[in-house]
This record gives sequence, structure tokens and C-alpha cells, in this order.
Amino acid sequence: MRTLFGIRGRELPERPAPGAVLAEARGLHVRLGGREVLAGIELSARAGEVLALVGPNGAGKSTLFGALAADLRADRGTVRIADRPAGEWKAGELALRRAVLPQSAALSFPFPVEEVVRMGRAPWAGTALEDEDDEAVAEAMAATETAEFTGRTFAALSGGERARVALARALAQRTSLLLLDEPTAALDLRHQELVLRICRERAAAGDGVVVVLHDLGLAAAYADRVAVLHEGRIAAEGEPAEVFDDELLSRVYRQPVEVFPHPRSGEPVVVPRREQRSPNAPVPAPVPAPIPSPIPSPANRTGEPNG
Amino acid sequence: MSTEAESRAPEAGSAEAGTAVRPARTPVPPAAVPRGRRSTAYLLTAGLLGALFLVALVSAGYGAYDIPLSDVIASARHRMGLGGQPLDRVGESVLWNVRLPRVVLALLVGASLGCAGALMQGVFGNPLAEPGIIGISSGAAVGAVASIALGLTFFGNWTITVFAFAAGLVTVLLVYALSRSGGKTEVVTLILTGIAVNAFAGALIGLFIFFADNAQITQITFWQLGSLSQATWPKVLAVLPCTVLGLLIAPFYARKLDLLSLGERSARHLGVDVERLRIVLILVVALLTAAAVAVAGIITFVGLLVPHLLRMANGPGHRFLVPGSALGGALVLALGDLAARTVAEPAELPLGVLTALFGSPFFFWLLRRTRRKQGGWA
Repeated sequence: MRTLFGIRGRELPERPAPGAVLAEARGLHVRLGGREVLAGIELSARAGEVLALVGPNGAGKSTLFGALAADLRADRGTVRIADRPAGEWKAGELALRRAVLPQSAALSFPFPVEEVVRMGRAPWAGTALEDEDDEAVAEAMAATETAEFTGRTFAALSGGERARVALARALAQRTSLLLLDEPTAALDLRHQELVLRICRERAAAGDGVVVVLHDLGLAAAYADRVAVLHEGRIAAEGEPAEVFDDELLSRVYRQPVEVFPHPRSGEPVVVPRREQRSPNAPVPAPVPAPIPSPIPSPANRTGEPNG
Repeated sequence: MSTEAESRAPEAGSAEAGTAVRPARTPVPPAAVPRGRRSTAYLLTAGLLGALFLVALVSAGYGAYDIPLSDVIASARHRMGLGGQPLDRVGESVLWNVRLPRVVLALLVGASLGCAGALMQGVFGNPLAEPGIIGISSGAAVGAVASIALGLTFFGNWTITVFAFAAGLVTVLLVYALSRSGGKTEVVTLILTGIAVNAFAGALIGLFIFFADNAQITQITFWQLGSLSQATWPKVLAVLPCTVLGLLIAPFYARKLDLLSLGERSARHLGVDVERLRIVLILVVALLTAAAVAVAGIITFVGLLVPHLLRMANGPGHRFLVPGSALGGALVLALGDLAARTVAEPAELPLGVLTALFGSPFFFWLLRRTRRKQGGWA
């Protein structure tokens, strides 16, 4: 009867030690619709660090993200979250350990903004940490600059504003692992920076952050580690300065890019190589792209087994 | 733009309330909502309960055989052993064996329909889900008609209810399976599924009527129009367990329904066991719909109208919406039944006809309003 009413004695998670593995994929294979989307992923997310997942469309970023969030089952290999196989957690226990920001923020009914953020506190209902609810909600809304929307409903917000409210909800959940799927997609320049700064702050406070990004510049500037996905495998993994180089990114994205250190900060800057615009050739010449091969690329720079 | 105005208007000054309260940070009970909204919820609940009590009293006294309000109260007090005095023999009999079962039945049926509507809209994540529109009521009706036409009686008094429940359950599951894709229900798919289900159920009912004899046909026809005129205490007893069970379970899932409005995946990320939530609530919806359909036939629009009005008044939070819709549904149906049996005295309008008569224009208004504000349901 107690479980019917949703009140159960839950074991509260402890703060992870710095560098502790919060989620990891080992030899992860996932098939979707008969296609092998992930083919042998080795990856771990650690406490105190921002891990960025980058890669071209269809490389398997969202699938890997879904597997780390325990939305998808592994066909082979394992995903462990907080030292337990992802499938063995109950939804309620998992919600105390990892928060997820999905790619699109939808809401069936026009809840007021503050109630949406407060939904992030739902997993803590009935636990000792329930007392932090108001504080967590206020803090998350202040951090994401959504406090000004308090009286409005979610439906009355623009796409970028909704995205920030959704982020505030995930932050209010106050879990030690934070998974963000393209949190900057709908945001303006200022708020893109804001979101990544929040990621850094959370990492500095000892949480682990996994973030899917399309903007390589943001990844280079804010991530401790990046994993470049390519055709269901990790093509390279490490610090942005090590991983981002012309050859690798040009191959993975099938688009010539230049990587050079920023003159002031020294962070790697990634820019597509563009033809000089001239009146004679207004359209850039098509770039010879390497033909994508179903065979795993030989260049696995991290030297990890390829499943 | 769409919903800003509608949610602001009723809770005047929630913006101030929300920001003014924050810095003080007084210990607030868990899951506190902005203060403005809370007091609206209390006010609405009190208002609904008061209106319900009043309508029940008036309904008990008013009719072909008028009993003054004071006599109704006196007789009730007498029965409860709180003084007062009984009426004459006819009066007592009219009040306790004709009127009261009818009032109670109206309350039960209305509460079931209102609550079932709110739950379905939450589970489907779709404001148009309603037992009547998407065919659950017709599905339950097939079971009920079958049991009448085939003269089945193995569960005694409960036979019609049991059959309505079984058929209703199958229908909800069917609609749910057919109308969902990728974890959500599109309005168009849902409505089209409803059309198909209603058509199929109509055909089955037609078949049963074709094979029924004259007496059964009369019984079925009256029942189908939706009426409480045959109300007796045994009938009340036949639906009471379903309704009470459904109404007791439903509020415990209110908070999870709030989370479900974020979508299935996000609800799961927040710790909701979505599969179990769905199964339990579909069972509850089937229970409630069956209870209503078994005694009162197909009564449409209550489950649509009541939750919508309450959402406009107090926002979409299910902790108020689910029990509130039960109260609101009971009120609407008690009023409806009072009108049905008094407007065309001594004749009696079928209740289902009356609710559809008032419900359909409301539906039109809702369509136009949604279209104006957010470009329609998509």
C-alpha cells in the first residue's frame, strides 16, 4: 500500500568523491531500427568534470546520451550509473542521482513557470532533503535568469525561454550527475555562455556534467574533456586542446576546418575553412568529402578497443 | 501568448505573491504552489462543496411532489437521530426512496465522469481526451447493452456494471494503443480513433438491439438516452464500489500526472514509474466510466467541460484538478438532473440529451477560443 501511494523509504545518495565515476559505458552497443547506432563505446563521466559529447548529425550522440540517461537498453555491453547497472535502478532512485535535460522541452498543460521548475524537486518528496525545495527552486531560477518569468505560464514563453526553464528544472533536481542534451540549441549568445558557465560551476562544486554540444567553440572553451563521436564510435577523447585538430575534425565532419589557438585566451578556436569570397566565384567550391565507409575508421586516436 | 492571460486573470496578482513571498522564505509545506493559486483552490473547493450541498437539498425537495426545504432538513435530522420529525408516510417515501437515491446517483455519476475526464486528459497529455468523445463510454455501453439484450444476470445487481467495466476497459486499452505513437498522443489521431471506436461500438449496440426483444429494446433505449429516472438504492449500491474505489485512488496519482505533462521520458527521469502509472490510471478511468455508464447511459461532455473550467480558474495542477473535477462533475450532474426532471414537468428530459445540449456549444466555444489563442489543437 505504501508503494501504491508513492511513499517509500529511499536511500539517499552520498556526495561523490572528486573524480569518482558517476556513469560509464563499457563496450556499449545499441541497435535502433536494425541499424547499429552505437558500436562499442567506452566512456565515463566523472565527478567534478564537464564532459562534452560532440560529433556530426547521426553520429550517435543522442543515442549515447539516452543510454547514459538509462532511457535506452544496451544490446551489448553495459551502462553503469552510480556503480550499479542502469537497468537495476528504480526510476525513483535514479532520479535522486541524475537529472536529464531533454532536447525539446514540451508541456501538455500550461503550468506556471515556477511549478515547472518545482517539478524537478519531485524525486525528493518525502525525504529529508525536501526542506531544500524552495531554496533549490529559487537558486535554479536565479542561475538560469528565469526568475523574471515567475508569474507567467510555460506556454507563454519563447523557445529559448522554455529551454532555460527546462534547464532550471534539471538544476533544481540537485543530482550529482547532470545530463544535458543540446542545452544551447535554442539560446542566444549570452545565454549559451550562461548555460556553459553553470555547467562549469556545477563541476567545480563536485558534480559531473555530460553535455551534448554542436558548437565546438563552446566545447573547447568550457569542457574538461570532449568525446568526438563518429559513426557510432568514439573517434577521439581527451582535453579539447589535444583532441581538436584540423585533420580529425575535417574527417569526422566531412568539412575542412581550421583549428587555431585564440590569440588572447589560447583556447582552440574551430572555424570551417571557407573559400575567399570573390566576385568571380561567389559560391564556395564544393569540398571533396571523404566517402563515409561502413567499415570502422582505422584512425582511433585514443587506441581504445573498437568493440 | 495563449495561456498567459487565462492563468493570470483568475489568480490576480500571483506575480507579486510569488516574488514577495520568496525572500522571507518561511517554511512552506512541501510542494507548495504560489500562494495566490493555493487560496483559489481552497475557495473553489469550499464553493463547490457548498453549492453541491445546496443543490442536493433543493433537488431532494423540489419536484412533482414538493417538500419544503425545512421539512427535508427536519426529516434528515430525524433519521440521523438529531431531533427533527418525520414527514407523513407519502412524503417520507418520496424523499427517501425516490428523491434521495436519485440525488445520490447523480452525484456519483457526475463525480465519476468529471474525475475520469481529468484523469484521461492527464494520462493522454491531451486536453480533448474525454470518455464520451474518444469512445470509452460507447465501449462501456456495448458491454451494458450486451448484458441487457442477452438477459445475463450472473452478477445479480452488479451485472450491468461488471459488463460495462469489462467492455470499457478493453476500449480504453484499445484507444490508448491505437492513438499513441512515440510516447505522445496527437489530437487528430485521438479524435479519429474516437470516431472509429464510436462507430464500431454503435454498430455492436445496433446488433444487440436487432437481436433483442421489445421489452429489452425499450429498456435499452431509455438507458441509452442517459437518465437517472430509474434510480433506486440497489442501483446506487451497484455503482458505489466502482466510484468510491476510483475516486479514492485517483488523487494519489495527481502529482505524478503533473510530472507526466513534461512527457513520458522526462517524467521517468523525475522518478515516475510511467508504466505503472498508466496501467493504474487506465484501470481507474475504466472503473469510473463503467460506473457512470452502467446506471446512466452515455452522458457526454461532463468530463470535458468540468476539468476545462477548473483549469481556467486554478491552473492545470492535478492535485486540485482531480478531486475538484469530481466535485464539479457531481455539481453539474446534480443540477442537470434537477433541470431534466423539472423543466418539462410532468414529462422528464433525458439527462444525456440535456448535457449534450449544453455541452456541445461549450465545445464549440472551446474550439474557437483555442484556435484564436494558439492556432488550434495540433
